[in-house]
This record gives sequence, C-alpha cells and structure tokens, in this order.
Amino acid sequence: MTATELTTPQSSPPAKTRRERPRVMGAGKQLHAGPLTYVVLTVFALVSLAPLVWTAIAASRTDRRLAETPPPLWFGGNLFKNMERAWEEGGLGTAMFNTIFVAGMITISTVLFATLAGFAFAKLRFRFSGLLLMLTIGTMMIPPQLAVVPLYLWMADLGWSNQLQTVILPTLCTAFGTFFMRQYLLQALPTELIEAARVDGASSLRVVWHVVFPAARPAMAVLGLLTFVFAWNDFLWPIIALNQENPTVQVALNSLGTGYVPDQAVIMAGALLGTLPLLIAFLLFGKQIVGGIMQGAVKG
Amino acid sequence: MTSPKQALAHPASSADAAPGDQPGAAGRAQGRGTPPPGKDSWRSRLYRWDMKASPYAFVAPFFIVFGAFSLVPLLYTAWYSLHNVQLSNLDGQTWTGLDNYQNLLSSDFFWNALWNTFTIGVISTVPQLLMAIGLAHLLNYKLRGSTVWRVVMLTPYATSVAAATLVFVLLYSWDGGMINWLLEFVGIDPVNWRESDWGSQFAVSSIVIWRWTGYNALIYLAAMQAIPADLYESAAIDGANRWQQFLHVTIPQLRPTILFTVVVSTIGATQLFGEPLLFGGVSGSKGGSEHQYQTLGLYMYDQGWIIGNLGKASAIAWSMFLILLIVAVIQLLVSRRLRKSQ
Repeated sequence: MTATELTTPQSSPPAKTRRERPRVMGAGKQLHAGPLTYVVLTVFALVSLAPLVWTAIAASRTDRRLAETPPPLWFGGNLFKNMERAWEEGGLGTAMFNTIFVAGMITISTVLFATLAGFAFAKLRFRFSGLLLMLTIGTMMIPPQLAVVPLYLWMADLGWSNQLQTVILPTLCTAFGTFFMRQYLLQALPTELIEAARVDGASSLRVVWHVVFPAARPAMAVLGLLTFVFAWNDFLWPIIALNQENPTVQVALNSLGTGYVPDQAVIMAGALLGTLPLLIAFLLFGKQIVGGIMQGAVKG
Repeated sequence: MTSPKQALAHPASSADAAPGDQPGAAGRAQGRGTPPPGKDSWRSRLYRWDMKASPYAFVAPFFIVFGAFSLVPLLYTAWYSLHNVQLSNLDGQTWTGLDNYQNLLSSDFFWNALWNTFTIGVISTVPQLLMAIGLAHLLNYKLRGSTVWRVVMLTPYATSVAAATLVFVLLYSWDGGMINWLLEFVGIDPVNWRESDWGSQFAVSSIVIWRWTGYNALIYLAAMQAIPADLYESAAIDGANRWQQFLHVTIPQLRPTILFTVVVSTIGATQLFGEPLLFGGVSGSKGGSEHQYQTLGLYMYDQGWIIGNLGKASAIAWSMFLILLIVAVIQLLVSRRLRKSQ
C-alpha cells in the first residue's frame, strides 16, 4: 500500500506518466497489491482460521490437558475418541441427521417460494406490488423474539414439542430470499422472453417452469447455499422448541455448553463435528457463496 | 397439464411470434386438432384470470408463512404481554394490563440488560465495520488468489454462534486459556474474561466481531467494485493521493452501503442472544454472576423459559421491538440529514 503511494506521480517526466497513469485511475481495482497488503491480509486470515484450527487441536486432546498451561498448540491422539463421544453421548449423531433434514426442507421450500415471489415482484405487474415489496423488506427488521412466546404456546397445544416440523414450518420462506431473487431476476430475466412465451399462450406456471427457472438457476443455487447455512446455524427458536431428546446441531451444542457432557475435549469435538459440514460446503462452493453475498449486497 | 390446451387458444400467433421457442408445444397443439367451438371463450377467460391471479399466488406462500409465523405471533405477543402467563400454568392466564411493562421499568435488571445491549452493540459493531471497510479496501487490490482470500475471510461466518462461542469460552478461560497465555507473553497481566465487567463484554463482542467482519467486508467490497473508475481518475488528476482518494471518493460512494450495514448490524445487536448465553456456561441465561453481559435477548429468555414468566418475556420482546423502531427512526433522520448536507 505505502509502496504504491510513493510511486503516484505528481510531477514526474511525461514518459513515465503515461506508463503510470493506468495504475492510478482504477485505484484499488487495477492496482497490484504491495507486500504490506499481503502481510495485513495474512494476519486477518490467521485470525479467521486460528480458532477453527485450534478447535480441532483441542478436540484431539484430553479434558485434563486442556486445563493445563500452556494450552496445546499441536494435535494429540484423541480426536476420534472424542468425536465418538460427542456423536453418541452428546447427541451430535441424531442432531446431524435431524439438521440435514430440517435444513434440507427449509432450503428446498425457501428457494422454490422465494423464486416464485421474487419473479412476481421483479417482472409481473399487479396491484399493491410496491407496497407488498416494501412490507417484505420491512419484515426483515422484526426480531425473532417477537414470535417465540405464541409459537411455543401453540406448539404445546398441538402436542408438537420436540418435533422437527416446529422448526421447519416458520422458515419455509424468507424475506431475504424473496428480495434476493427479485434483485437477480430484475436484471437476469429479459422481459421479452416472458412476453414471447405469453404470446405463445403459455400459462403462468408454464412461464415459470420454462422461462423463469432456467434463468434463475444460478441464483437459486446460491440462495440454496445461503439458506442452508442459515438454517443449519439457526439458534433461538430451535433451542426453545427442541431439547436434547430430539435436537438439531445447535440444540446439541447448547446442551454441551451447559454441561451435558462435562469434558472440554468432547465439547470441542462436538463444535468441530457441528461445523464440519458447512466447512466442507465452503471448501467446495466457497466461490459461489462469496459471489452470492456480494451479489445480494450491491443493492442494499 | 393445462398448458398445451392453453397454447391452443392462440394457435396462429404461436407460430410466428416465437418460432423455435417451444417447437414441441406447437407440434403437440396441432396434433390434438382444433378445440371444440364454444369452449374457446372459456379458455381465454381462464387465461386472463391466470394472468391476473398468478402474481398473487406467487407471493402468497411468503405472506402466508410471514402472517402465520411472524405477524400473528407478533400481535399475540403484544396480547400476552398484557397478561400474566406462567409456564407452569398455561391455562390460567389473567389480564393484568400494563403491569408487566411497569414491572420492567422499575426493574434494575431490565435497565441493566438494556445498557449491556447498547454497550456490547457498540463494542461489537463499530470496530467490526471499520475493520470490514479496511479489509474490503485490501481485498479490492489485484491479488494473487483473490477468491481464496475472500473465502478464508468468510469462514467464520460458516461457524455457528454455538460452535464459535464454545471455542471462545475455552480461549478466554482464566487459567490455561490461550488468550491469557498470549497476553502473559507480551507482559500483560491475565484478564478475568468471565467475571470482569468490560472484559466479559469485550469477550462476547469479540465473538460477534470474529463471525461478521469478513461478511461485511464482502458487502463493502461489492460496493467498492461498483464505484466508477473515472471518479478516481479525476481525483488523481486533481492531485489526490491514495489516502485522499479513499477518503474523498471511496467513503462517500460507500455511504448507502455503510448505512445498510449499520442498520443490519443494529438489528443484529439488539437481538444478541446466543453468544452471551453460551459464554455464561451452565447458568448462561443470567449473563454472568453479576449480569455483566445479560442482554435484552438473554433477559427475555431467562424470564420466559428459566423463570417461567412468559407474560413478562412478551413485554420484554415488545420493548425490544419498540427500541429497535426508535433506533431505526433516528438512523433514518441522521441519514437524511447527512444526505442533505452533502
């Protein structure tokens, strides 16, 4: 950073100015990073990754070792033993299967409904559409705390305590997803394409199936990833609605945190297990997830 | 199933309007022959009805879910906040008017929780967003392996609140904790991150900062990449150096994005819950032995599900919502003032 600052010419010979100018104009975008940039980025990267790496180190040790000073800095030999205990005693096994089911259902329905609603908001003209869109965005401001007391009481009335549908149903479609798909379809779906299908006499469902879905596919994939991450990590309502008998991953981790298995190494193994699927997803689809977050942001 | 039939309603136009668009549909339509007379107007009426109703049908699922699981509960929460609702006796609800709210206003714990929510909100949001802008600026350079850097910065976002907090609890532990051990290296006395006022609030905030800085950096990065290059060009011609360009071009251009992230972070900070809960361990809902980091979200959970007073919990939830609305109005006014002064 400082290196490039120094070369920014103010009164340099004309021959040099011509060579330097393209570097100045794009500030940032066209500029190559100096060594200092890499140093600072490396620090940020280390801080981002260190707690995760250390989780794995702690998960491979024993409870006793974790209470000693200095803390362990390298892996021990108990990783699989601790993971097994977290899986069985900590309920992470049941929790993982439950969460895959819950997050999977939420993802499928959110992507589907959000695409439909996003398409309507982006491309169809109907009365109150502006108002309804404002309302959709406004709902993102409501904290989940405003809903949990009545939901809990209804759930108790229905005899649904500890059943997975209680955490699936409230999240079948999200405002974020709807807005995300609207923003994407606004620019990715040419209106002429819809009109052509209309002239063809295609019904709305047919337009959705043959025109909207193909155009929306990349954004649907990204929204699916983001929704899955969100559903996997959802915390407040699941810990109220479920308990250790039929937990999701976050419920099981909450139990571990409140002393369900009083062994720090097992707790760390649980944290690692509960995060691993998302870390793998980031490894495989990191580029798409990053793209999705940046895409959803521009309009903010 | 109905679509090939509807394609018949406009057999002529389908051929010349979109040739090759759906060759199958046209072919199938001809194969079925012409529709029987009399049904044609019924079909075109159906078509028109489809055009009119389908937008509502498409947005309906969202609004049904929102209505059933957010809007109606929100109103019911208001209703319950005016009642005495005990977890142990759900059928014996009695009307108490504004008692729950009066109770809150005279409760030290409520004001404590409100103040903690505010201080933790500031400690976690301000450094987070400042660092995110700096990080975005660095990520905006031409980098080797730019995607890898971005994904790495986002990995904390993949870690759930629960998993992250469990790890940080261990990192912050009094003896044998990594952070105190590192502090000792530098010659700083160990800090009691669990018990001390500011220490515990800082520790809780650091979890939020760790999880969200990379995410916000990506949002700023996206906005930075949308800034037209000629703005920098003319600034450079005017003799602005890189730092001046950052101050006078980048920051003003980012203003709407900064406002957006401030709003989103404020909403997040107001409902902060999981981090302090798990940071407290076994009696987490108290937010520390002296309630040093009991936030409003935590206080609500404690009153509702640990103590069992769901009516009071409802009143806390609504207070939270009202506070959020007031903050939103203030932010709106400030941003309007800023825009005017520009």
